[in-house]
Amino acid sequence: MGKLILEVDKVTLTFKGIAALVSVSFNIPAGKIVSLIGPNGAGKTSMLNCISGRYTPDRGSIRFLGENILHLPPYKRARLGIARTFQNIALFKGLSVLDNLMVGRHSHLQYGLFSSFFYFGKTKREEETHRLRVEEIIDFLNLSPYRHKIVGSLPYGVQKRVELGRALALEPKLLLLDEPMAGMNLEETEDMARYILDINEDWKTSILLVEHDMGVVMDISDEVVVLDFGQVLATGTPEEIQKNPQVIAAYLGQEDSLFLGR
Amino acid sequence: MKADKCGLFFESYGQENQIFPSPVQKTCLGAFLLFLLIVPFILDSYYLSLFNLIFIAVIGAVSLNLITGICGQISLGHGAFMGVGAYATGYFMNLGINFFEALLLGGLVASLVGIVFGLPSLRLKGIYLAIATLAAQLILEYVFLHWDSVTGGSNGLALDAPAIFNFYFDNDLKMFYLLFFFALISTLAISNLMRSKYGRAFVSIRDFYLSAEVIGINLFQYKLYAFGISSFFAGIAGGLAAVYAMYITPEQFGIHLSISYLAMIIIGGMGKIIGSVFGAVFITLLPEFLSIVSQHLSAFFPDISTYLLGLKEGIFGLILILFLIFEPEGLAHRWHLIKAYFKLYPFAH
Repeated sequence: MGKLILEVDKVTLTFKGIAALVSVSFNIPAGKIVSLIGPNGAGKTSMLNCISGRYTPDRGSIRFLGENILHLPPYKRARLGIARTFQNIALFKGLSVLDNLMVGRHSHLQYGLFSSFFYFGKTKREEETHRLRVEEIIDFLNLSPYRHKIVGSLPYGVQKRVELGRALALEPKLLLLDEPMAGMNLEETEDMARYILDINEDWKTSILLVEHDMGVVMDISDEVVVLDFGQVLATGTPEEIQKNPQVIAAYLGQEDSLFLGR
Repeated sequence: MKADKCGLFFESYGQENQIFPSPVQKTCLGAFLLFLLIVPFILDSYYLSLFNLIFIAVIGAVSLNLITGICGQISLGHGAFMGVGAYATGYFMNLGINFFEALLLGGLVASLVGIVFGLPSLRLKGIYLAIATLAAQLILEYVFLHWDSVTGGSNGLALDAPAIFNFYFDNDLKMFYLLFFFALISTLAISNLMRSKYGRAFVSIRDFYLSAEVIGINLFQYKLYAFGISSFFAGIAGGLAAVYAMYITPEQFGIHLSISYLAMIIIGGMGKIIGSVFGAVFITLLPEFLSIVSQHLSAFFPDISTYLLGLKEGIFGLILILFLIFEPEGLAHRWHLIKAYFKLYPFAH
């Protein structure tokens, strides 16, 4: 068992008495792809929000590289190396693709306010060095035809890719993906799955994936965590999860595993 | 340029990141700036004073556009922030500090006041923030009127003509160059800021503050930066207005000023630097245009000038509404379309 990048320990989250998460625990080993699945309302997005800092759990702890991050505001967690994408596209619609990705570099840019007024020396140099990193991501995600396009005018599938690119620009150690394949056709889904695998292999980025497309989840995950009504129902490799009778009964509500296998 | 090029090609990121990347743009801008340098010698002082008012309005409008158009934090207190700059500049000049330093200090005081009144922006959004900044406007107006020892109360504050090394800017011609200089560097500084991480962070806060936060932007810090920078330049604009008029009274910086600056950025184009410039020109020239029209019409209708000037506010409102309906993206958008047309001429697409 290698190093753990994220340890979620007995996290409980309630909204006005309604429990969204009940004592949820799971780990993400460094360099692995872990998927979080479960029916609608199971608490998957709430879990991501707890990790990225949008929600603060009532109890429990979340440790990133061994350090408790619950007291940190979202922007500091981003600086530690946690990036995420959103279920509904959350891009900066008035900026170009390039600028959206450059916003992702924000915490890597060191120059100060004063030199920005002159756009000279350090500011100019840093902008250009980081532009180079962003161009690598643009190449990787095949976004070059859209580089200078305003994001709001782009098709859905491309916007999803831009959002992935923006998260990548942060150079995260842990990438949280909230339904990256939602609303995509088969071809786009396969492209996205390939990108996720490549990100994991090339940059050794650990990934927490929330996704409804079971084919993809079972294909690319190293480990699967099943949530149901805010509780962890099962944890295991895709094969174990597919065979788990509890999961089949509770989550799928049908006896054959047609849905799980592909 | 080589003959085999058709269009703009960049060989480095630096080239591409320029504010004016194309040689045509640079030539046009150069010609325009040259024109502005020469034009005062041709015009009489009435037209010069219009130019001077436009220069001041440009700084004010660009700075309001930074906070409202670019960072998305609506401000109804911009006129008062200009007033803070004006009074602070006047106060420091009357203490015997030279003009340049007094203006800078005035900007800094305005910036601090802007930051203080920007504090609610962390919690308040949209219409609620508008009300909070409106409160700032009213509080500051009250302070202008009643803090007699500093502001002179309702008597106002008289100033000397600004001087740099015993060179007095004491007429419209000399003021023209001074104001032109400040309008140019302020616009340039904010344009530069827009292509840095600060500008991108401001737009990201406007467009989707939730994802701005998870991408590593400290919302509170950057909103206050936006308020601070915007109020700094507002303070500079106010200070310049003060030394230009050589007299400050509280009425100059009332709510009407905040509203007319908002009108400038709406008519010019929210979030566009060039739009603020167009808006400033438009709103400053509008009353002049109305008086010219009424003069010509008075040959046929002798009483019309009294009516038309009385209707000034109404016409102002009407134009604003017409812009919101027919050109919601402002003059900057129209400018963009005109440029595109000439770029493609004689082809339609």
